[in-house]
Amino acid sequence: MANISDCTTTDSQAPCAFAIPPLRIGQFTLAQRLIVGTGKYADFPTMQRALAASGCDVVTVAVRRERLLDKDGRSILEFIDTDRYTILPNTAGCFTAEDAVRVARLGREILEQLNNAGTHWVKLEVLGDRKTLLPDPIGTLEACKELVKDGFTVLCYSSDDPILATRLRDAGAASVMPAGSPIGTGRGIANAPNIQLVLELLKDPTNGGDPNYPVIIDAGVGTPSDVTIAMELGADGVLLNTGIAHATDPVRMAHAMRLALEAGYHGVRSGRIGKKLHASASSPWQGVITTIPGE
Amino acid sequence: MHEITITLNGESVSLDANATLADAIAKVAPKSNAYAIEVNRLLIPRREHALHALAQGDEVEVVVLVGGG
Repeated sequence: MANISDCTTTDSQAPCAFAIPPLRIGQFTLAQRLIVGTGKYADFPTMQRALAASGCDVVTVAVRRERLLDKDGRSILEFIDTDRYTILPNTAGCFTAEDAVRVARLGREILEQLNNAGTHWVKLEVLGDRKTLLPDPIGTLEACKELVKDGFTVLCYSSDDPILATRLRDAGAASVMPAGSPIGTGRGIANAPNIQLVLELLKDPTNGGDPNYPVIIDAGVGTPSDVTIAMELGADGVLLNTGIAHATDPVRMAHAMRLALEAGYHGVRSGRIGKKLHASASSPWQGVITTIPGE
Repeated sequence: MHEITITLNGESVSLDANATLADAIAKVAPKSNAYAIEVNRLLIPRREHALHALAQGDEVEVVVLVGGG
């Protein structure tokens, strides 16, 4: 009997041939397409285990005043192997383009000290409102232009507005990262058609897009199925934090998110069946020995 | 001795009048080398910390990496 982990379509004895290729974002190459945040964990050791279970090679961090240490006075860097993980600093907490540029430059200065591979990229967030944490589209666009000019590889947290997505790309964003739903809400992909339009405009050559332009779903992802849906829509990756950090078992949830991403990646490339109103039997009608109603 | 008062990570701090940025950073005592500094909202590169003279009313921020999404 063939091993059930074998998954080739042509030879049941061959090993699985469906490796997921790396994702290129500007000059960066990500071996894994799940990017995981480092905030909100009950403690740093739990975060450390969850990051490992997620399989990620890129983690996001924030920039704050020095006194913010954990209750035992430890720095988060004691729990992040900076040789293993590429650090993606964010501009969370910024409500103006000016502040986002300031914070991005501070993050770069810190990463230079660490000699980390993430020194020249940034997850740009310019927020419009503290309650919703929805992005300020104008401020995001302004900050994106400024940071690109300053040599950053900019990954832009954005709303799911398709036109804004094209404007951010045109401004030089290395990746547009539309929110599935507002940060930390766990509502998943709230407006799938908008995400589809974002993907179409950015990736479909007939719409002036580039199939290799990376689009990452960032924020609002609550469950593994949300991750799968994001990938089935055609996203190149998913960035999430709360869905893992606030799960009852963050380490196991991180593992589940990893599997969900793989499922969605392969699923969307496998050609799903069309949806039908009426059923289509999987077992043949030919040779049935029963009475079929109406026949 | 003459002193100046600056704002260091949001708190009022007194320093010698001839204090440098490095003296202010020492007050915060970052736990690792991985920090960055702003004075009056402008980033001051690492190589300038020991030379950068502080002035009355300067606002200094010492920032590090923390958990975030």
